[in-house]
Parts: sequence; structure tokens; C-alpha cells
Amino acid sequence: MSTAEQQPILPPDITSGTRLVATLGLVTTLCGALIVAVWQITLPAIAANKKIVLERAVRALVPDAASIIDFDATPLGIHRASGDAAPGTVRFHAAYDAQGELQAIAAEGSARGYTDTVRVLYGYRPACECVFGMKVIQMKETPGIGDNVATDADFLANFDSLDLALAEDLKGLAHAVRGVKHGTKRFAWEIDAISGATITSKAIGRGINDSAQKLLPRLLPQLAEVKREGAVK
Amino acid sequence: MSTSTKQPTNLEEFLEGIWRQNPVFVMVLGMCPTLAVTVSGFNALGMGLATVFVLVCSCTLISLLRKQIPKEVRIATYIVIIATFVTLVDYIIQAVSLRLYEALGAFIQLIVVNCIILGRAEAHAAKHPLLPAVLNALGMGIGFTLGLLALGSVREILGVGKLFGISLFGEHFQPWVVMVLPPGGFFVLGGWLLLFAWLAKRKHPHPNPLPQGEGETAPLRVLAEKGAQHGK
Repeated sequence: MSTAEQQPILPPDITSGTRLVATLGLVTTLCGALIVAVWQITLPAIAANKKIVLERAVRALVPDAASIIDFDATPLGIHRASGDAAPGTVRFHAAYDAQGELQAIAAEGSARGYTDTVRVLYGYRPACECVFGMKVIQMKETPGIGDNVATDADFLANFDSLDLALAEDLKGLAHAVRGVKHGTKRFAWEIDAISGATITSKAIGRGINDSAQKLLPRLLPQLAEVKREGAVK
Repeated sequence: MSTSTKQPTNLEEFLEGIWRQNPVFVMVLGMCPTLAVTVSGFNALGMGLATVFVLVCSCTLISLLRKQIPKEVRIATYIVIIATFVTLVDYIIQAVSLRLYEALGAFIQLIVVNCIILGRAEAHAAKHPLLPAVLNALGMGIGFTLGLLALGSVREILGVGKLFGISLFGEHFQPWVVMVLPPGGFFVLGGWLLLFAWLAKRKHPHPNPLPQGEGETAPLRVLAEKGAQHGK
């Protein structure tokens, strides 16, 4: 008789349902506590990092600014920013010189590019009703092609004086900002795209247009208040 | 014939993932981040360290809990544990460097489905005590990081003329842009795999039968054995 025949066949071990639920409950509780603890520890550093990135972009646009104050433009009016911007609100950054005079406004625009959302910060000067500079703050466009929008001197020259004049009824821009194929730019509100990176170039135009269409009709009627904030800061 | 196998020493556990079973060049695992984020040495190092963190922490916890986790729910439990540490590393990278976070993009979250990590949890950490499990995970993580660095540095040098952002060839260098585009990842990976295959062949010029000695690579041996069976 073989050894296998001598041994009785035992039923397989079956773990009780209670133990399975208890194990999963214990592990998920432990993991949940870990996630919440690390989230609370890292939250101030994450917020500070995001603020630094944004401030660097604003200061790169307005290098002579002595102070920068953040505002939220809501359908009900403009007020100083606090916490995260609510949905439907456009946050903008007002840059003042040492005397408290408003130098420029910086605001964010974003639109879907070739691979992901392209986020830009554009500088707006109320005196000329125009964009005077643009910085890409986030993109994942094709290296060497789409990401040239951040460095190509000819493309960046589009934003030296990009027209953002409001229409007479003050409800939107007189002319929508738009990207056009390389070499076909005719108007001051058009952006001459980089050849081979037209989708990314047009995304930047769309992002600025969408942001300005919301922001400027709210900002310009209350521009005097924004100017005053610089003096009372 | 004895069926007992020799227990690997702690040093062998650690070195296994770095050379003999390197996840990138020998096991060819984790190819999604390997090809996608290795456009620069900085990105490769960041992704490698993030993976080391997740590997070591998840294998530590799984090894500690291995006797308490019933086999019926083990995969679900491992996934929860791995996802937890991926979430933690996501927060930590955001807190340390937003530049790195943006460069790595969605691939940080995708560490959760990196088969190296679940593979280590199931094949090793769930069956071994704490120290061997941690050493094995650390070795695998370092091996993965070295693999990413090998790709990232070559792609950055050829594609941009820099290494870790430092210019190597001056302003007259004409970059080979394809190297930082997706096809470049395949070219460089293919080059490294050729090199590793050549090294393995040089060490063992007669693939069948492969010697059972030190330095053989398990996957190559399995492939050679399968080839020999088909040839019969």
C-alpha cells in the first residue's frame, strides 16, 4: 500500500466570511489612516509649492512689480482672493509698483492641447487693452515640437501686443483671440502658430480667449477698485 | 536526488533585482513608465525613487501581515496596500517638487499597476519574513531605477545634449530629437537589451544546456529550454 493511500483526504481549509471581511476592513482602515495623515502633513507644502510656481510666473511677466495681490472676479463683483477659487470664478493677480500704482494684471488661461491641457499665464495691461506677455506654466506637449511654444521667440512675439479690446457693450471681447496657421496672421488679435505645432499654438489662443471673455467684462467696470487696493495694501 | 534548495543569503536577495533578475533588462517588466518617462535623467531618477518607495513600503507591510491575510483576499489586500503607498508618494512628490510631479504626470498614479510591485508582493513578500522581503524589494527597486537611468541618460544625452540638465557638448551640438520622442525610447531600450543579450551569450556561449552556475538569468534559461523543446 502506498503512503498516499494510507493518508485520509482532508477537506480544504475554508476561511470564514467574517475573517475575510475583518481582514479587508483592518487593512483598509490602516491604509485610510495613513493616506489622511500624509495628506494633512504634505498639504501646506503642496499649497506653498503651487503658490511659488504661480508667483514666479507672475514675476517673470511683471519683473518690476513691488507687490502682487490676488483677486477673484465673480459674476457679482471683484474681491480679494481667499482659499481656492470657486467654480465660475476667474482668479487674477494684480501687480503694483512701489508707489502702489497698478502695473498690470496677470491671469491664467487653459485649453486642451495635443496631448494634454496647456495652462498659460498672460499679462494684460488695461491702458492698451492688450496682452504684453505669456508664460506657459504647465504642458505635456511633444518635446522638441509642441513644447516650442514656451521658447520660440517668433511665437512669443505674438504676445507683445495682442489685442484684447472689449466690445462696446462691454459683454465680451470685440474680436475673439484665435490662433491661425503659420504665415497667415493679419490682425492684432490673431496668433501666428508655429509650423508643426499648430494644435498647441491654437490651444494657447483658445485658453487666453476663454479666460479674457470671462474676466475682462467683470474687471474693467471695477478697475478703479483694483487700483485702489494697491494704495491701501 | 535531493529536492532541497539552498536559501539565498541576504546579499543574494538584495543583488537579485539589481543584476540577475533586473526588472528592465532581464524580466522586461514595467515597460510603460520605462519608455514613457525616461526622456531625461532627472525624470528617470524621480520615477525610480518613487517606485523604490512603493516597492519597499508595500513589501514591508505585506510581509508583516502575510500570516494574517487569508489567501482568498490576498490580491485585493495587496492592491489596497500598493495603491495606498502610490497615493502617499503622489502627495510627497507634489510637496517636494512640482516640476518633477508635472514631468512624471500620470505615470506616478500608474505605479499602482506596475507589475513589478504586485509581482514582488505575490511571489516574494507574501512568502518571506521581513528582512529578506525588504532586501529583495530594495534590490528590485534599485535595479529598476538603474534601468530607467540607463535609458534616461542616453536619451537625454543624444536627444538634448545634456545630462541632468547640464550641457555636455556646447551650443553647436545638433540634438537627435527622435531620442526624446516615443520612438527614441524603443531604440534605446532595444540597444540596451541587445547589449544584455550579448553579455549573456558571451558568458554562456552554449545555450543548451545552460550551466546552473552563478550569473545565469532565469528568463533566458526558460527561453532556451523552451527553444530546445520545440527543436526536438
